[in-house]
Amino acid sequence: MTRLTILLAVVLSILLLVPLFLEKYVLGIFIMIFFYAYLGQSWNILTGYTGHISLGHALYVGVGAYTSTYLAQNYGLSPWIGMLVGGVFAVIIALFLGYLGFRFGLRGVYFVILTIAFAEITRLIVSHVEALGSFSGIFLDFNPSFWNFQFRGNVPYYYIALGFMVFSIIVVRILEGSRAGRFMVAIREDEEAAQALGVNAFKYNMIAIALSAFMTSLAGTFYANYIFYLHPDTLFGMALSIELILRPIIGGLGTILGPVLGSFILTPLSEISRAYFTKGGFEGLHLILYGIIAVLVVLFMPKGIIYYVKRWLNPVLRLDNRTYVYSEKGSEAEAES
Amino acid sequence: MSILKVTELSKRFGGLAALSRLSFELGQGEILGLIGPNGAGKTTVFNCLSGFHTPDAGEMVFSGKSLLGMQPYQVCQAGLARTFQIVKPFLTITVLDNVMVGALIRETSIKKARDESMEIIQWAGLGHMADKDAEGLPLPLRKRLEMARALATHPKVLLLDEVMAGLNPTEVSEIIELIKEINGKGISILLIEHVMQGIMALSERVLVINYGSRIAEGTPAEVVKDKKVIEAYLGKEFLNAQS
Amino acid sequence: MDSTLALQLLIQGILLGGLYGLIALGLSLIFGVMGVINFAHGQMMVIGMYISYWIFALLGVEPYLSLVIVSAAIFVLGYVIQSSVVNRILDYPEAMQVLPLVAIGIILENTALLLWGPDHRSPHTAFSLDTIWLGEAMIDVSRLIAFSMAIIITFAIFIFLRKSNMGKCIRAAADNRMAATLVGINVSRINNFSFGLGAATTGAAGALLLPLMPLSPNLGHDFTLTAFIVVILGGMGNLVGALVGGLILGVAESMSTLFLPSTLKQVVSFGILIVIMLFRPQGLLGGKK
Repeated sequence: MTRLTILLAVVLSILLLVPLFLEKYVLGIFIMIFFYAYLGQSWNILTGYTGHISLGHALYVGVGAYTSTYLAQNYGLSPWIGMLVGGVFAVIIALFLGYLGFRFGLRGVYFVILTIAFAEITRLIVSHVEALGSFSGIFLDFNPSFWNFQFRGNVPYYYIALGFMVFSIIVVRILEGSRAGRFMVAIREDEEAAQALGVNAFKYNMIAIALSAFMTSLAGTFYANYIFYLHPDTLFGMALSIELILRPIIGGLGTILGPVLGSFILTPLSEISRAYFTKGGFEGLHLILYGIIAVLVVLFMPKGIIYYVKRWLNPVLRLDNRTYVYSEKGSEAEAES
Repeated sequence: MSILKVTELSKRFGGLAALSRLSFELGQGEILGLIGPNGAGKTTVFNCLSGFHTPDAGEMVFSGKSLLGMQPYQVCQAGLARTFQIVKPFLTITVLDNVMVGALIRETSIKKARDESMEIIQWAGLGHMADKDAEGLPLPLRKRLEMARALATHPKVLLLDEVMAGLNPTEVSEIIELIKEINGKGISILLIEHVMQGIMALSERVLVINYGSRIAEGTPAEVVKDKKVIEAYLGKEFLNAQS
Repeated sequence: MDSTLALQLLIQGILLGGLYGLIALGLSLIFGVMGVINFAHGQMMVIGMYISYWIFALLGVEPYLSLVIVSAAIFVLGYVIQSSVVNRILDYPEAMQVLPLVAIGIILENTALLLWGPDHRSPHTAFSLDTIWLGEAMIDVSRLIAFSMAIIITFAIFIFLRKSNMGKCIRAAADNRMAATLVGINVSRINNFSFGLGAATTGAAGALLLPLMPLSPNLGHDFTLTAFIVVILGGMGNLVGALVGGLILGVAESMSTLFLPSTLKQVVSFGILIVIMLFRPQGLLGGKK
């Protein structure tokens, strides 16, 4: 049991007990923290680990949200199942996108623009489909029950969101130490060198984008049944795509806890400043603040905040000082140092 | 018994013929030196063999199997590994993690891959750097890392592209010893070099190419005296002045 | 199919396309010199639109005249952004280059929102409602003027880059940054100037665009994407390609309204983008990758 694991266990215990003491509004902020941490972590699987930048990840959120909602409203299918169906659709779309991108050698900016194009095309098409609400969007009815993925009050959503976040952390943790994860990192660092070492880059890129898309889409279903309103501009739009990449980049790309840390820092900041500034009539000021923070972090803390947090906590936690986070050999490192 | 047989290999880039009907063989367990002036096509040979370029014509047969049409990762998995002239370390991960990428091609167990990688790292003289990020390595050690990584894939043939460039004489001698040990394990080596000390010390045979074709082949001693080789490196006037 | 309508759409498309070309020119220049994708390009244009709007609203000066001031202002904006932020991220990996410029785009867009509110503004500048007849086709005068001026500015920039000293330095730096440094070019200053110039062209395009569409803070994003499509279509860093790409895209978007609702015309643009990226990534006229 490393000291870091103990620390995380303590934090988790605190988070499990939080709902007993806090009121609905604050719980709502925590839900958003967990939600964006989960989204950021899912995005991190593609961009942090294989290095292909997606600026259109909202696409998968939208696919998840619209699929489960459509199936629930038209076929009475439980969103829990609809969520998985949405995941399958997301994977199919991601594999298609990935095929176009990776087979045709689209790298760097071209890949980014491909992801944007897919998201925008989907947004435009969905905006014209009557069955999906067209320009007005879809309102969900409130019929609380577990089967319907809808609940009274924020507490159940809190625990579900927390569960999602913990799940994503575990997935990334397993991925990072795995053979596939190591190949993905190699691809990120130098795809040619990785191929020369026998790594089938195409296969691992596809696995990464499919896994990332699947996980992202699950959050879409959560969103639909928490917010109760879907609109293509919100769900497929660039604003969401940008929102979901800010936290992992600021927190630390390609690390296990970076996206989580990023969300814990940025989300409360965003929620509180939005509430504060909009009340004062300063629309948009919180986004300006956002933008400034993003620029400052990239300029002065390019490895992400978690890098510096780890350095600072190192004496206490005795971590390795690497952005490729601690591997199982933690105890060996301690013995050597 | 040749492990690698290249026949009439040709490759053009636009109007330029980088390789022109080049043929040669690499014997099992042999070290073959590949030399030639800059731009002769040496790295193009490596790129064709390792699947990064598709030749326009010709055949490449490795252990009885044709390499034509193979993707780079398939070539490596088949047992032919290469290094790059400008080294390509995985910078933000450790030396150990770098080598493990190669080892994991052959070994699916992380633990076994790690143990094996540590062995290779110790052998390569990088043991004390195993936990350091590759970013922090100076060039000579990066070159060793490049070799160690390729070795972790258990190649039968290793293509070394100017591994001695930029090294001082002591470092060159050390690399020569390492290469001899690699060869001692039964790995056949194709060696591109400009550092003559290395070619002379290691190669059983040397192949000299210029403008994409062979101009001489033989033992190091023979090749050094070959008129065409002298002309290629030093020019016709020097050759005439000699005689 | 109504051939008059088709002709009209074709012409309108060409006219708008010239403007697209001007916007994309700036983006292509910035990419050509620095290898950086300006994700805030459209938002800079919108700031230019607001500046020319306020000059018109407060001083009564037509956008076509205040163009110079607007360009200068956005030039300064671009210069400042480059020297304070972009210069530092030139050697960063791609992901870290994308975010700061996206963030700057957000800052610009929300500054406009904060200062001037979300409402649409449609100033009644001269010619904004005038049309003329070209044969049987009806053409907006303001569109025609915008196109003409866009072409003039585009060629002026071509000439500047070809003939002037600064222009040659820019082309040198675009070609080979290291070599340019070696021959004594202050690449840092060239970068600043190039970004400023790229920004200025998009600001100018904004002034030209003001009479053509309602102004609101969130226009920028769509224009950034349009500029991307044009640049990829014509070839990254290829300035003539920006003009050609702009014209092609303008026509394609316009003609697509013959069989698609106009709200879907961007799907056509994105479709073209994907096809080009897959089958001719260097663009129709070829450019750097």
